[in-house]
Amino acid sequence: MTLTLTRTLDCKGLSCPLPIVKTAQALRQLAPGELIEVLATDPGAIKDFAAWAKATGNPLVETAQDGSVLRFVIQKRG
Amino acid sequence: MPARVVVLGGGVGGTLVANLLSKELGQEATVTVVDGTGMHLYQPGFLYVALDQANALWLTRDERTLLRKNVGLVVDQATKIDPVAQTVTLAHGETLAYDYLVVSTGSRILRDAVPGYGDTHDFYSLDGALRLREELRRFEGGRILVGVAGIPYKCPPAPVEFVLMLDEYLRKRGIRSRSSITLLSPLNRAFTIESASKLVQPIFDKQGVSLSTFFNVETVDAAKRTVSSLEGETAEYDLLVLVPPHKGSPVIEASVLGDAGGWIPTDRNTLQHKAYERIFAIGDATDLPISKSGSTAHFEAPVVASRIASFIRGTAPKTAYGGRVMCFLETGGGRATSLRFDYAHPPIPPKPSRVWHWAKWIFNRAYWVTVPQGRVG
Repeated sequence: MTLTLTRTLDCKGLSCPLPIVKTAQALRQLAPGELIEVLATDPGAIKDFAAWAKATGNPLVETAQDGSVLRFVIQKRG
Repeated sequence: MPARVVVLGGGVGGTLVANLLSKELGQEATVTVVDGTGMHLYQPGFLYVALDQANALWLTRDERTLLRKNVGLVVDQATKIDPVAQTVTLAHGETLAYDYLVVSTGSRILRDAVPGYGDTHDFYSLDGALRLREELRRFEGGRILVGVAGIPYKCPPAPVEFVLMLDEYLRKRGIRSRSSITLLSPLNRAFTIESASKLVQPIFDKQGVSLSTFFNVETVDAAKRTVSSLEGETAEYDLLVLVPPHKGSPVIEASVLGDAGGWIPTDRNTLQHKAYERIFAIGDATDLPISKSGSTAHFEAPVVASRIASFIRGTAPKTAYGGRVMCFLETGGGRATSLRFDYAHPPIPPKPSRVWHWAKWIFNRAYWVTVPQGRVG
Protein backbone atom coordinates (compact mmCIF):
# COMPACT_ATOMS: atom_id res chain seq x y z
CA MET A 1 0.00 0.00 0.00
CA THR A 2 1.38 3.41 -0.89
CA LEU A 3 0.47 6.16 1.50
CA THR A 4 0.32 9.78 0.47
CA LEU A 5 1.65 11.84 3.31
CA THR A 6 0.47 15.39 3.76
CA ARG A 7 3.18 16.26 6.23
CA THR A 8 6.25 14.92 8.01
CA LEU A 9 6.98 15.98 11.56
CA ASP A 10 10.50 15.54 12.88
CA CYS A 11 10.43 14.82 16.62
CA LYS A 12 13.81 13.09 16.77
CA GLY A 13 15.65 13.79 20.00
CA LEU A 14 12.50 14.98 21.78
CA SER A 15 11.23 13.15 24.81
CA CYS A 16 7.60 12.29 25.47
CA PRO A 17 5.12 13.90 25.70
CA LEU A 18 6.56 16.51 23.31
CA PRO A 19 6.13 14.35 20.15
CA ILE A 20 2.47 13.79 21.12
CA VAL A 21 1.88 17.49 21.72
CA LYS A 22 3.52 18.47 18.42
CA THR A 23 1.50 15.84 16.57
CA ALA A 24 -1.74 17.06 18.14
CA GLN A 25 -0.85 20.62 17.10
CA ALA A 26 0.11 19.59 13.55
CA LEU A 27 -3.07 17.55 13.14
CA ARG A 28 -5.11 20.74 13.57
CA GLN A 29 -3.78 21.95 10.20
CA LEU A 30 -4.80 18.78 8.37
CA ALA A 31 -8.09 17.89 6.72
CA PRO A 32 -9.93 14.74 7.89
CA GLY A 33 -8.47 11.65 6.27
CA GLU A 34 -5.06 13.21 5.56
CA LEU A 35 -1.93 11.48 6.81
CA ILE A 36 0.95 12.74 8.90
CA GLU A 37 4.27 10.99 9.37
CA VAL A 38 6.02 11.46 12.71
CA LEU A 39 9.68 10.57 13.26
CA ALA A 40 10.79 10.11 16.86
CA THR A 41 13.58 8.54 18.88
CA ASP A 42 12.08 8.25 22.37
CA PRO A 43 11.39 4.50 22.79
CA GLY A 44 8.39 5.38 24.98
CA ALA A 45 6.71 6.85 21.89
CA ILE A 46 5.64 3.39 20.65
CA LYS A 47 3.28 2.83 23.57
CA ASP A 48 2.33 6.50 23.83
CA PHE A 49 1.30 6.90 20.18
CA ALA A 50 -0.70 3.67 20.28
CA ALA A 51 -2.58 4.84 23.39
CA TRP A 52 -2.97 8.37 22.08
CA ALA A 53 -4.40 7.18 18.74
CA LYS A 54 -6.90 4.98 20.55
CA ALA A 55 -7.90 7.72 23.00
CA THR A 56 -8.31 10.47 20.40
CA GLY A 57 -9.76 8.33 17.59
CA ASN A 58 -7.08 9.31 15.07
CA PRO A 59 -6.03 5.98 13.54
CA LEU A 60 -2.39 4.93 13.80
CA VAL A 61 -1.92 3.56 10.29
CA GLU A 62 1.67 2.45 10.58
CA THR A 63 4.42 1.96 13.16
CA ALA A 64 7.91 1.16 11.97
CA GLN A 65 11.46 1.25 13.26
CA ASP A 66 14.66 1.93 11.36
CA GLY A 67 17.59 1.64 13.74
CA SER A 68 16.88 4.11 16.55
CA VAL A 69 14.35 6.09 14.52
CA LEU A 70 10.67 5.32 15.03
CA ARG A 71 8.17 6.17 12.34
CA PHE A 72 4.46 6.63 12.93
CA VAL A 73 1.82 7.39 10.34
CA ILE A 74 -1.36 8.85 11.72
CA GLN A 75 -4.58 9.62 9.90
CA LYS A 76 -6.68 12.55 10.99
CA ARG A 77 -10.06 11.26 12.08
CA GLY A 78 -13.05 12.03 9.89
CA MET B 1 46.65 36.55 32.99
CA PRO B 2 44.00 34.48 34.77
CA ALA B 3 41.29 32.93 32.58
CA ARG B 4 37.98 34.78 32.61
CA VAL B 5 34.88 32.72 33.35
CA VAL B 6 31.48 34.41 33.17
CA VAL B 7 28.42 32.63 34.56
CA LEU B 8 25.00 33.89 33.47
CA GLY B 9 22.34 33.26 36.11
CA GLY B 10 22.66 32.81 39.86
CA GLY B 11 20.38 29.83 40.35
CA VAL B 12 21.35 26.37 41.61
CA GLY B 13 23.59 25.52 38.65
CA GLY B 14 25.23 28.92 38.18
CA THR B 15 26.01 29.41 41.85
CA LEU B 16 27.44 25.94 42.26
CA VAL B 17 29.57 26.05 39.11
CA ALA B 18 31.00 29.46 40.13
CA ASN B 19 31.88 28.25 43.63
CA LEU B 20 33.42 25.00 42.40
CA LEU B 21 35.54 26.80 39.78
CA SER B 22 36.74 29.38 42.25
CA LYS B 23 37.65 26.67 44.76
CA GLU B 24 39.43 24.54 42.17
CA LEU B 25 41.28 27.28 40.27
CA GLY B 26 41.97 29.96 42.90
CA GLN B 27 44.14 32.65 41.26
CA GLU B 28 44.16 30.84 37.90
CA ALA B 29 40.75 32.26 37.00
CA THR B 30 38.44 35.17 37.66
CA VAL B 31 34.88 33.97 38.05
CA THR B 32 31.98 36.41 37.66
CA VAL B 33 28.28 35.63 38.11
CA VAL B 34 25.81 37.89 36.31
CA ASP B 35 22.29 37.79 37.73
CA GLY B 36 19.33 40.03 36.96
CA THR B 37 18.05 40.25 40.53
CA GLY B 38 20.92 39.26 42.81
CA MET B 39 18.43 37.15 44.74
CA HIS B 40 18.60 33.37 44.80
CA LEU B 41 15.24 31.67 44.70
CA TYR B 42 14.59 28.12 45.96
CA GLN B 43 11.90 27.19 43.48
CA PRO B 44 10.95 23.74 44.89
CA GLY B 45 9.47 25.68 47.81
CA PHE B 46 6.66 27.22 45.70
CA LEU B 47 4.58 24.08 46.13
CA TYR B 48 4.72 24.33 49.93
CA VAL B 49 3.94 28.05 49.92
CA ALA B 50 0.88 27.57 47.70
CA LEU B 51 -0.44 24.88 50.06
CA ASP B 52 0.22 26.94 53.17
CA GLN B 53 2.91 24.62 54.52
CA ALA B 54 5.74 27.12 54.40
CA ASN B 55 6.46 30.79 54.70
CA ALA B 56 7.73 32.52 51.56
CA LEU B 57 10.66 34.05 53.46
CA TRP B 58 12.77 30.90 53.45
CA LEU B 59 12.68 30.73 49.64
CA THR B 60 14.98 33.66 48.96
CA ARG B 61 18.52 34.60 49.91
CA ASP B 62 20.91 37.29 48.81
CA GLU B 63 23.03 35.62 46.10
CA ARG B 64 26.17 37.36 47.45
CA THR B 65 25.94 35.37 50.70
CA LEU B 66 25.97 32.08 48.75
CA LEU B 67 29.06 32.83 46.65
CA ARG B 68 32.65 32.37 47.72
CA LYS B 69 34.40 35.66 48.50
CA ASN B 70 36.51 35.73 45.36
CA VAL B 71 33.59 35.11 42.99
CA GLY B 72 32.41 38.41 41.51
CA LEU B 73 28.69 39.20 41.36
CA VAL B 74 27.26 41.67 38.85
CA VAL B 75 23.58 42.42 39.41
CA ASP B 76 22.44 43.25 35.90
CA GLN B 77 20.60 41.63 33.03
CA ALA B 78 22.69 40.05 30.25
CA THR B 79 21.14 41.22 26.99
CA LYS B 80 23.45 39.82 24.31
CA ILE B 81 26.12 37.18 23.94
CA ASP B 82 28.61 37.50 21.08
CA PRO B 83 30.10 34.00 20.70
CA VAL B 84 32.72 35.16 18.19
CA ALA B 85 34.04 38.20 20.06
CA GLN B 86 33.43 36.25 23.32
CA THR B 87 31.63 39.05 25.09
CA VAL B 88 28.44 39.53 27.06
CA THR B 89 26.58 42.85 26.92
CA LEU B 90 24.65 43.95 29.99
CA ALA B 91 21.46 46.03 30.17
CA HIS B 92 23.27 49.02 31.64
CA GLY B 93 25.74 49.09 28.77
CA GLU B 94 28.77 47.36 30.26
CA THR B 95 30.49 44.60 28.28
CA LEU B 96 32.18 41.59 29.90
CA ALA B 97 34.79 39.58 28.01
CA TYR B 98 35.04 35.85 28.67
CA ASP B 99 37.28 32.92 27.87
CA TYR B 100 34.57 30.50 29.03
CA LEU B 101 30.88 31.19 29.41
CA VAL B 102 28.36 29.20 31.42
CA VAL B 103 24.73 29.78 30.47
CA SER B 104 22.61 28.88 33.50
CA THR B 105 19.78 31.28 32.83
CA GLY B 106 16.98 28.83 33.65
CA SER B 107 13.56 29.13 32.09
CA ARG B 108 10.86 31.76 32.16
CA ILE B 109 7.13 31.23 32.23
CA LEU B 110 4.88 32.75 29.58
CA ARG B 111 1.31 32.92 30.83
CA ASP B 112 0.27 35.03 27.82
CA ALA B 113 1.13 32.19 25.43
CA VAL B 114 -2.16 30.51 26.42
CA PRO B 115 -5.19 32.31 24.95
CA GLY B 116 -7.50 33.32 27.81
CA TYR B 117 -4.96 32.46 30.55
CA GLY B 118 -5.87 35.68 32.38
CA ASP B 119 -5.79 35.16 36.15
CA THR B 120 -5.53 31.37 36.00
CA HIS B 121 -3.54 30.14 38.99
CA ASP B 122 -0.09 28.57 39.06
CA PHE B 123 2.60 27.52 41.53
CA TYR B 124 5.51 28.15 39.16
CA SER B 125 6.48 31.58 40.47
CA LEU B 126 6.58 33.15 43.91
CA ASP B 127 3.77 35.59 43.13
CA GLY B 128 1.73 32.75 41.59
CA ALA B 129 2.20 30.58 44.69
CA LEU B 130 1.21 33.42 47.04
CA ARG B 131 -1.89 34.26 45.00
CA LEU B 132 -2.90 30.58 44.89
CA ARG B 133 -2.44 30.33 48.67
CA GLU B 134 -4.89 33.21 49.18
CA GLU B 135 -7.36 31.66 46.74
CA LEU B 136 -7.17 28.29 48.50
CA ARG B 137 -7.70 29.89 51.91
CA ARG B 138 -10.95 31.38 50.57
CA PHE B 139 -11.98 28.23 48.69
CA GLU B 140 -15.18 26.63 49.96
CA GLY B 141 -15.36 23.65 47.61
CA GLY B 142 -15.92 23.02 43.90
CA ARG B 143 -14.31 21.51 40.82
CA ILE B 144 -10.55 21.90 40.76
CA LEU B 145 -8.66 21.20 37.56
CA VAL B 146 -4.86 21.00 37.49
CA GLY B 147 -3.18 20.85 34.08
CA VAL B 148 -0.15 21.44 31.91
CA ALA B 149 -0.24 24.24 29.32
CA GLY B 150 3.11 23.67 27.63
CA ILE B 151 5.90 21.12 27.16
CA PRO B 152 8.64 21.14 28.36
CA TYR B 153 8.07 22.42 31.88
CA LYS B 154 10.10 22.43 35.08
CA CYS B 155 9.91 19.54 37.51
CA PRO B 156 7.65 17.07 35.64
CA PRO B 157 6.26 15.39 38.80
CA ALA B 158 5.17 18.71 40.40
CA PRO B 159 1.54 18.60 39.19
CA VAL B 160 1.22 15.07 40.66
CA GLU B 161 2.67 16.25 43.97
CA PHE B 162 0.34 19.25 43.90
CA VAL B 163 -2.89 17.26 43.45
CA LEU B 164 -1.97 14.74 46.16
CA MET B 165 -0.95 17.46 48.61
CA LEU B 166 -4.06 19.45 47.68
CA ASP B 167 -6.21 16.41 48.51
CA GLU B 168 -4.65 16.36 51.98
CA TYR B 169 -5.03 20.15 52.36
CA LEU B 170 -8.76 20.05 51.50
CA ARG B 171 -9.34 17.15 53.91
CA LYS B 172 -7.71 19.08 56.75
CA ARG B 173 -9.97 22.04 55.98
CA GLY B 174 -13.00 19.75 55.96
CA ILE B 175 -14.05 20.68 52.42
CA ARG B 176 -12.75 17.66 50.52
CA SER B 177 -16.22 16.09 50.22
CA ARG B 178 -17.46 19.26 48.54
CA SER B 179 -14.58 19.30 46.06
CA SER B 180 -13.37 17.28 43.09
CA ILE B 181 -9.75 17.19 41.96
CA THR B 182 -8.84 16.27 38.38
CA LEU B 183 -5.36 16.16 36.90
CA LEU B 184 -5.34 16.95 33.17
CA SER B 185 -2.39 14.93 31.94
CA PRO B 186 -0.57 15.37 28.60
CA LEU B 187 -0.21 11.57 28.43
CA ASN B 188 -2.31 8.51 29.32
CA ARG B 189 -0.76 8.34 32.80
CA ALA B 190 -0.07 10.65 35.74
CA PHE B 191 3.22 11.91 34.24
CA THR B 192 6.05 11.03 31.87
CA ILE B 193 7.89 8.41 33.91
CA GLU B 194 5.96 5.17 33.58
CA SER B 195 7.18 3.40 36.73
CA ALA B 196 6.33 6.38 38.91
CA SER B 197 2.93 6.78 37.25
CA LYS B 198 2.14 3.16 38.11
CA LEU B 199 3.14 3.84 41.69
CA VAL B 200 0.92 6.89 42.13
CA GLN B 201 -2.18 5.61 40.28
CA PRO B 202 -3.42 3.50 43.25
CA ILE B 203 -2.98 6.59 45.47
CA PHE B 204 -5.08 8.64 43.03
CA ASP B 205 -7.75 5.91 43.13
CA LYS B 206 -7.71 5.68 46.92
CA GLN B 207 -7.86 9.45 47.42
CA GLY B 208 -10.48 9.99 44.73
CA VAL B 209 -8.26 12.12 42.50
CA SER B 210 -9.35 11.80 38.85
CA LEU B 211 -7.04 11.65 35.87
CA SER B 212 -8.10 13.08 32.52
CA THR B 213 -5.72 11.62 29.94
CA PHE B 214 -4.28 13.17 26.78
CA PHE B 215 -5.49 16.60 27.78
CA ASN B 216 -2.91 19.11 26.51
CA VAL B 217 -4.24 22.51 27.52
CA GLU B 218 -4.65 24.88 24.59
CA THR B 219 -7.06 27.65 25.62
CA VAL B 220 -8.91 28.94 28.68
CA ASP B 221 -12.26 30.72 28.72
CA ALA B 222 -12.33 32.48 32.09
CA ALA B 223 -15.86 33.86 31.59
CA LYS B 224 -17.34 30.42 30.94
CA ARG B 225 -14.88 28.76 33.33
CA THR B 226 -13.81 26.17 30.81
CA VAL B 227 -10.48 24.89 29.59
CA SER B 228 -10.00 23.23 26.19
CA SER B 229 -7.37 20.81 24.96
CA LEU B 230 -5.44 20.35 21.73
CA GLU B 231 -7.21 17.01 21.53
CA GLY B 232 -10.54 18.82 21.24
CA GLU B 233 -12.01 18.26 24.72
CA THR B 234 -13.46 20.93 27.02
CA ALA B 235 -13.72 20.73 30.83
CA GLU B 236 -15.47 22.98 33.36
CA TYR B 237 -13.87 24.28 36.55
CA ASP B 238 -14.37 26.40 39.63
CA LEU B 239 -10.64 26.66 40.29
CA LEU B 240 -8.05 26.19 37.56
CA VAL B 241 -4.35 25.68 38.28
CA LEU B 242 -2.05 25.38 35.27
CA VAL B 243 1.63 24.92 34.66
CA PRO B 244 2.30 27.87 32.33
CA PRO B 245 4.29 27.37 29.10
CA HIS B 246 8.07 27.71 29.53
CA LYS B 247 10.73 29.23 27.30
CA GLY B 248 14.45 29.82 27.57
CA SER B 249 15.97 33.14 28.58
CA PRO B 250 15.50 36.17 26.26
CA VAL B 251 19.31 36.58 26.07
CA ILE B 252 19.53 33.24 24.23
CA GLU B 253 16.95 34.37 21.69
CA ALA B 254 18.52 37.82 21.29
CA SER B 255 21.89 36.19 20.63
CA VAL B 256 20.46 33.56 18.23
CA LEU B 257 22.12 30.80 20.25
CA GLY B 258 19.09 28.59 20.86
CA ASP B 259 16.33 26.60 19.21
CA ALA B 260 12.73 27.72 18.66
CA GLY B 261 11.98 27.38 22.38
CA GLY B 262 15.04 29.41 23.37
CA TRP B 263 16.90 26.33 24.65
CA ILE B 264 20.64 25.92 23.97
CA PRO B 265 21.59 23.03 21.65
CA THR B 266 23.80 21.19 24.13
CA ASP B 267 26.05 18.14 23.88
CA ARG B 268 24.48 15.58 26.23
CA ASN B 269 27.82 14.49 27.73
CA THR B 270 30.17 17.51 27.58
CA LEU B 271 27.40 20.10 28.15
CA GLN B 272 29.02 22.39 25.60
CA HIS B 273 27.07 24.43 23.08
CA LYS B 274 26.96 22.35 19.90
CA ALA B 275 28.41 25.19 17.82
CA TYR B 276 30.65 27.03 20.31
CA GLU B 277 32.99 24.98 22.47
CA ARG B 278 33.67 27.80 24.93
CA ILE B 279 30.01 28.10 25.84
CA PHE B 280 28.58 25.61 28.34
CA ALA B 281 24.94 25.25 29.34
CA ILE B 282 23.38 23.74 32.44
CA GLY B 283 19.98 23.22 34.00
CA ASP B 284 16.79 24.44 32.34
CA ALA B 285 18.76 26.38 29.71
CA THR B 286 19.73 23.24 27.75
CA ASP B 287 17.69 21.45 25.09
CA LEU B 288 18.51 18.04 26.62
CA PRO B 289 15.55 15.64 26.81
CA ILE B 290 15.83 15.26 30.59
CA SER B 291 13.98 16.90 33.47
CA LYS B 292 14.23 20.63 33.80
CA SER B 293 14.94 20.75 37.52
CA GLY B 294 17.31 22.05 40.14
CA SER B 295 18.53 18.50 40.62
CA THR B 296 19.66 18.27 37.01
CA ALA B 297 21.56 21.56 37.31
CA HIS B 298 23.04 20.36 40.60
CA PHE B 299 24.50 17.23 38.97
CA GLU B 300 25.62 19.03 35.80
CA ALA B 301 27.48 21.85 37.58
CA PRO B 302 30.45 19.75 38.83
CA VAL B 303 30.91 18.32 35.30
CA VAL B 304 30.99 21.79 33.74
CA ALA B 305 33.32 23.13 36.45
CA SER B 306 35.70 20.20 36.02
CA ARG B 307 35.72 20.43 32.22
CA ILE B 308 36.35 24.19 32.25
CA ALA B 309 39.20 23.68 34.74
CA SER B 310 40.70 21.05 32.42
CA PHE B 311 40.45 23.41 29.43
CA ILE B 312 42.15 26.21 31.35
CA ARG B 313 44.95 23.92 32.50
CA GLY B 314 45.26 22.22 29.14
CA THR B 315 44.67 18.76 30.58
CA ALA B 316 42.37 15.97 29.42
CA PRO B 317 38.77 16.26 30.68
CA LYS B 318 38.09 14.00 33.66
CA THR B 319 34.33 13.77 33.74
CA ALA B 320 31.26 13.69 31.53
CA TYR B 321 27.56 14.03 32.31
CA GLY B 322 25.64 10.77 32.25
CA GLY B 323 22.16 12.25 32.63
CA ARG B 324 21.99 11.80 36.39
CA VAL B 325 18.90 13.24 38.12
CA MET B 326 17.55 12.57 41.61
CA CYS B 327 14.34 13.99 42.97
CA PHE B 328 11.67 13.42 45.55
CA LEU B 329 7.98 13.04 44.83
CA GLU B 330 5.50 13.92 47.56
CA THR B 331 2.55 11.52 47.52
CA GLY B 332 0.45 13.18 50.25
CA GLY B 333 -0.29 12.08 53.80
CA GLY B 334 3.27 12.83 54.88
CA ARG B 335 4.70 10.26 52.50
CA ALA B 336 7.01 10.55 49.50
CA THR B 337 9.02 8.46 47.09
CA SER B 338 12.27 9.18 45.23
CA LEU B 339 13.26 9.06 41.59
CA ARG B 340 16.85 8.35 40.63
CA PHE B 341 17.77 7.92 36.99
CA ASP B 342 20.18 8.75 34.18
CA TYR B 343 20.36 8.49 30.38
CA ALA B 344 20.71 4.70 30.52
CA HIS B 345 18.64 3.76 33.57
CA PRO B 346 14.96 4.60 34.10
CA PRO B 347 13.98 5.12 37.75
CA ILE B 348 12.67 2.34 40.01
CA PRO B 349 10.87 4.35 42.69
CA PRO B 350 10.56 2.81 46.17
CA LYS B 351 7.16 2.44 47.86
CA PRO B 352 6.06 5.84 49.25
CA SER B 353 7.05 6.20 52.89
CA ARG B 354 7.55 8.76 55.64
CA VAL B 355 11.31 8.36 55.31
CA TRP B 356 11.40 9.99 51.84
CA HIS B 357 9.06 12.73 52.95
CA TRP B 358 11.43 13.61 55.79
CA ALA B 359 14.42 13.32 53.49
CA LYS B 360 12.79 15.85 51.16
CA TRP B 361 11.99 18.15 54.05
CA ILE B 362 15.52 17.98 55.45
CA PHE B 363 16.90 18.65 51.97
CA ASN B 364 14.61 21.69 51.61
CA ARG B 365 15.82 23.03 54.93
CA ALA B 366 19.49 22.23 54.48
CA TYR B 367 19.64 23.49 50.89
CA TRP B 368 21.05 26.92 51.73
CA VAL B 369 24.08 25.62 53.57
CA THR B 370 24.88 22.61 51.39
CA VAL B 371 24.02 22.70 47.68
CA PRO B 372 25.35 26.09 46.53
CA GLN B 373 28.63 25.41 48.33
CA GLY B 374 29.07 21.96 46.77
CA ARG B 375 28.79 20.11 50.08
CA VAL B 376 26.46 17.40 48.76
CA GLY B 377 27.12 15.49 45.59
